[in-house]
Amino acid sequence: MSLNRAMVGHVSAAFSLPVEASRLRLFAKAIGETDPVYTDEAAAHAAGHPGLPVPPTYLFCLESESPHANQLREQLGIDYQRLLHGEQRFKYHRMCFAGDTLSFRQRIADIYDKKGGALEFAVRETEVHNQRGEPVATLINTLVQRNG
Amino acid sequence: MDEAQLRQIGVGDSLPAFNTEPVSRWNLALYMGASNDHNPIHVDIDFARQAGMPDVFAHGMLSMAWLGRVLTRWVPQSCIREYGVRFTAITQVGERITCNGEVVEIFEAEGERRARIQLQTRNEHGQIKLSGDAVIALT
Repeated sequence: MSLNRAMVGHVSAAFSLPVEASRLRLFAKAIGETDPVYTDEAAAHAAGHPGLPVPPTYLFCLESESPHANQLREQLGIDYQRLLHGEQRFKYHRMCFAGDTLSFRQRIADIYDKKGGALEFAVRETEVHNQRGEPVATLINTLVQRNG
Repeated sequence: MDEAQLRQIGVGDSLPAFNTEPVSRWNLALYMGASNDHNPIHVDIDFARQAGMPDVFAHGMLSMAWLGRVLTRWVPQSCIREYGVRFTAITQVGERITCNGEVVEIFEAEGERRARIQLQTRNEHGQIKLSGDAVIALT
């Protein structure tokens, strides 16, 4: 086994990121999104949004811009070549939009293994708030490391 | 979908499905840049082979984004309370992926009438790649 179980309960320092319209447009292109609400400000405003909405899974992309990503991966003992994404979950509290600044606080919630240690799992929970301190979402990420 | 239509949603309703084009290496390179997921295993075949994989393969989160579009094509995004998936099989280059969903439960929670949705992506042979669920507010 190789994941560092002492990391369970570890909380990283919160980090903040701006939501940029141009990045949302690129993301829409990458996922084949054709609804103009996600790419055209006029369509977004007509739908009652203050700006381009952040689509359901994009929070994960913002989270991956964490300044702690490399450090956290090293501390956990994660090896890219043996890493798989096992599960991902989002709980949504309110929508967020281009122009918002979102803060992310990540916590290692659990580390466990299956199949006698052949598979190890690391569960990370991330609380996201907007610039007004309002809860936006909770992300729950389960990584799988193949050992042996 | 408007409020009246949301109220009529019931168990057994299918969400409008859609098929992707065959997954290309270009799709994966574009998603790598757009998503900020820079794991080389999705775009660098040398790295993928070193890791024991026959080829590069699609990001799980790209499929999750496609499957999320099944939800947002069906209801306003503000109705989505929860969305989760298990990545059960790898999506390979060249596969055409079908994304679909079905209402499996109507229930009340936190003063709202809600629907639980079962979601899946499959390849053209019916192999399930992502198995997911979502909770949608109907009122």
